[in-house]
Amino acid sequence: MLEVSNLACSRGDHRLFSGLGFALSPGQIMQVQGENGSGKTSLLRTLCGFIQPDEGRIAWEGADVSDLAEAYYSRVLYLGHLNAIKDELSALENLKISAALSGVELGESAAIAALRRMGLKGRERLPVKVLSQGQRRRAALARLLVSGAALWILDEPLAALDVNAVALIEELFGEHLARQGMVIFTTHQPLLVSGTEMISLSLSAP
Amino acid sequence: MNKILLLLFVVVRRDLVLAMRRRADVLTTLIFFVMVVSLFPLGVGPESDMLRKMAPGVLWVSALLASMLSLGRLFSADHLDGTLEQMLLAPQPLSVLVLGKMVAHWMVSGLPLVLMTPVLGLQFDMPLEAVGVLMLSLLLGTPVLSMIGAIGAALTLGLRGGGVLLSLLVLPLCIPVLIFGTGAVGAATSGMSYSSHLSLLGALLVLAVAFTPWVTAQALRISME
Repeated sequence: MLEVSNLACSRGDHRLFSGLGFALSPGQIMQVQGENGSGKTSLLRTLCGFIQPDEGRIAWEGADVSDLAEAYYSRVLYLGHLNAIKDELSALENLKISAALSGVELGESAAIAALRRMGLKGRERLPVKVLSQGQRRRAALARLLVSGAALWILDEPLAALDVNAVALIEELFGEHLARQGMVIFTTHQPLLVSGTEMISLSLSAP
Repeated sequence: MNKILLLLFVVVRRDLVLAMRRRADVLTTLIFFVMVVSLFPLGVGPESDMLRKMAPGVLWVSALLASMLSLGRLFSADHLDGTLEQMLLAPQPLSVLVLGKMVAHWMVSGLPLVLMTPVLGLQFDMPLEAVGVLMLSLLLGTPVLSMIGAIGAALTLGLRGGGVLLSLLVLPLCIPVLIFGTGAVGAATSGMSYSSHLSLLGALLVLAVAFTPWVTAQALRISME
């Protein structure tokens, strides 16, 4: 369970948000909403520990995340605007390396199965630089299928994806929530996850 | 412990595979080194006494400059494509990942220089023993350059004009390595014992392995904010 209380964050001298609080329990999904520049990405990056909050506390299962450090990181999967995939490597190599970095043992066949489910059949071994933007995003999102993390923090996961891929992401969210996982994401596109109510958090530009 | 070693291996192998697929980057460092070293005999003239005396200094300074050349890329590629964010979120200590990147960086940009040294030593008419000591001193010293350089690379990550700043930060810190490295060769050519110089270089290497990964990891966390 993730609990955030009285969180404040600023970039430079500019205060993005303050007094922010919410709690997310297993099986819940939260959409962070707000205009461009309202601090959605900064909030997600703060939750990952990349940015130190000005004030407030982020707690994972009762303990402060800055004390938990690596123990918390192993429960989190973050995908930001950047895909974190290497152009020179194939989608398969990328997936295996990112799994190894996050401490997951991943076999060749499981990796290929994940990429096929993401709609990259036949392109698993091509260097990522020959793939389209949407296909690169799919290759990056394949990490969702192989990760054991409980909390998914996704910044604009639907960017560059087509209708079929969006449906697939909705399906993956549903499966993750059914396993008592948690999702926090931002998007400007409509997204429907059946079976659960979506919590909505609005950031308003000050 | 095993998991940490495995992770170290994954990072080293990943960076080596990437380097092999971007061979131009690796070759620039090596060719720069060869070019700079070769310019000296051409510029100074063929007096072999003077060349022999200059050789250790020229090779060491060139190795230092060549290693600066590739430092900028140490973290910037991973920073630009978001991989660094994922490394910060790895369930293992970040310093292990950083050590892996340092090892890979040395294997790509330091080790080729060491292996090239005997050929370049010929241009300076270096005696065989001096070439051997020079290679040993470079073998001990170039990893230290990669490691100290990594701190600077992490601190200047994402800055505009970071390359120049990086050199200004790192070069002064490399002076002890340069002094002991060239000192070892100087002692060998004048018939004195060079083991103390090499021991000091070895001590610097041990210190660097112990502290620089941790310092670099902290610097990366600051730069990523």
